[in-house]
Amino acid sequence: MATYLDFEQKIKQIQDDVISAEVRHDVNAVEIFKKDLEKEVAKTYKNLSPYQELQLARHQDRPYALDYINIILEDKYEIHGDRHFADDQAIVCYIGYIQGQRTMVIGEQKGRGTKNKLKRNFGMPNPEGYRKALRAAKMAEKFNMPLLMLIDTPGAYPGLGAEERNQSEAIARNLLELSQLDTVTVSVVIGEGGSGGALAIGVADKLAMMRYSVFSVISPEGCSAILWNDPSKVETATKALKITSSDLKDLDLVDDVIDEPLIGAHRDREGAANAIADYFISTVISYKDTSSKDRLDQRYIRLTSVGAFSE
Amino acid sequence: MNLLDLFTKKSSSTKQATKNEAPAHWIKCKSCNSLMYYKEIENQNYVCPKCDFHIRIGVDERLKILVDEGTFTEYDENLRPIDPLKFVDKKSYVKRVEENSKKTGKFSSVVSGEGNIDGIATQLVVFDFSFMGGSLGSVEGEKIVRAINRAIEKRQGLIIISASGGARMQESTFALMQMSKTSAALARLADEKLPYISLLTDPTMGGVSASFATLGDIIIAEPGALIGFAGQRVIKQTIGSDLPDGFQRAEFLLEKGSIDMVVNRNEMKKTLHDLLKVLLGK
Ligand SMILES: [Zn+2]
Repeated sequence: MATYLDFEQKIKQIQDDVISAEVRHDVNAVEIFKKDLEKEVAKTYKNLSPYQELQLARHQDRPYALDYINIILEDKYEIHGDRHFADDQAIVCYIGYIQGQRTMVIGEQKGRGTKNKLKRNFGMPNPEGYRKALRAAKMAEKFNMPLLMLIDTPGAYPGLGAEERNQSEAIARNLLELSQLDTVTVSVVIGEGGSGGALAIGVADKLAMMRYSVFSVISPEGCSAILWNDPSKVETATKALKITSSDLKDLDLVDDVIDEPLIGAHRDREGAANAIADYFISTVISYKDTSSKDRLDQRYIRLTSVGAFSE
Repeated sequence: MNLLDLFTKKSSSTKQATKNEAPAHWIKCKSCNSLMYYKEIENQNYVCPKCDFHIRIGVDERLKILVDEGTFTEYDENLRPIDPLKFVDKKSYVKRVEENSKKTGKFSSVVSGEGNIDGIATQLVVFDFSFMGGSLGSVEGEKIVRAINRAIEKRQGLIIISASGGARMQESTFALMQMSKTSAALARLADEKLPYISLLTDPTMGGVSASFATLGDIIIAEPGALIGFAGQRVIKQTIGSDLPDGFQRAEFLLEKGSIDMVVNRNEMKKTLHDLLKVLLGK
């Protein structure tokens, strides 16, 4: 069953009209309703507020990492575990082919439905998840495979075990190692880019965001509670934090926005998945004639020149 | 959590006692309640002589304890935060910076520079918790990267002394990305085989803990320091129960294998010197 947000209700109504017209084989009505739908989609999605974009980024029908992997990765094998403690199910790692290109994919995976949500820990990795990701990244480097990282997490897991096993170090180590990983790397925020837990697989040659994804230093809920002392200020905090793909592109904090279908990836998974695959492959091709040293230098300059200050 | 509150109050009262207010000559240890004359506690490097409790200190006190007299040169003190997002919560970011500058005489939660540790010239970065909770923003990240670059140029070791609640929310994603910025620069320092000692003081949390602070060749913590990724309140809410005694304290991290040593502040200068000496092969 698809889920519709408040601002999607009108669209749902017209979609239902299309379906019932199709059932009646009323070709004229189908055509009229489809045109209405197009207009309504354009009207709704071209004027989204930051808070509505946040809701879309977290939409439970939105494709998760595994949905994308299943569409774009062929002849795939999953690799498991950090070789030390456990196999964290909130991060998945796969080897396979994207449009014929050998590729390693790392993705933060949220679950759908209670059972899967628990299995995936709501997409909140523990340290062993980040360590598994690093192992996969190192393997990609060793075998000269480009690396695609799919970001989708509310944040790294805040738990007792996570602290005991040094969540801080797991994230920090990834930041350091990924800054120097010697293969082409692409990170794409597919939904929720929650703070350090997202950044831990967000250090790459190119950092892109899907049109309806967000990237944030703290959840708007957390921010409104701390800075406003008022949990009801979530919408205000969302706006102030500038977390949408268009804001972050304007601020030059991300390299590209991947133009997912206007109606949203949650209503057109194939379209969104192909957009990611195309972006990834064209990035890999764009580095074909760049030496490893030049690529790493460019990455270093990009990472270390971030900042807004005066002197 | 209430211990943390006590720490916070203590640090502000120390500041006032030493700088502004004449009457506050007596300082009460928040851990054992002993009353101490301020000169006495100053001579003890702000460590309670009765119970070894480490009182939070500012940058000036820290440098005085660790760096040879007259050898410290500050760099990059003219870096100032700007307000890239025009951020306003209950107050504007601009106003907050202004107030914190007035309070601390600085424009950033970090002082960086070069100084001698018992004769060994070293790049130093020191966090000041009293400036916006020691939060990490663009200026702080830039100062750290420049200190790393100076260490590489001059073939010196680097010491970062952290005291921070994490990334600065008012700079949002700019602040978040200082984590990768500083970590990338540390990778280059490691390539040069120059030592980086990370000293964790109370508190070292969030985005600071999850970047440069846990990347030291050697990681030292002061006794009792609160160190962790997630805040204690958030963890409590998530797991729905109380936290074990000593959780996220320096001694807990040592036991779990997350840090190398817990060192009393009175032994800190000698420890840092000896480690730099042996790692640099001086
Ligand atoms: Zn005491």
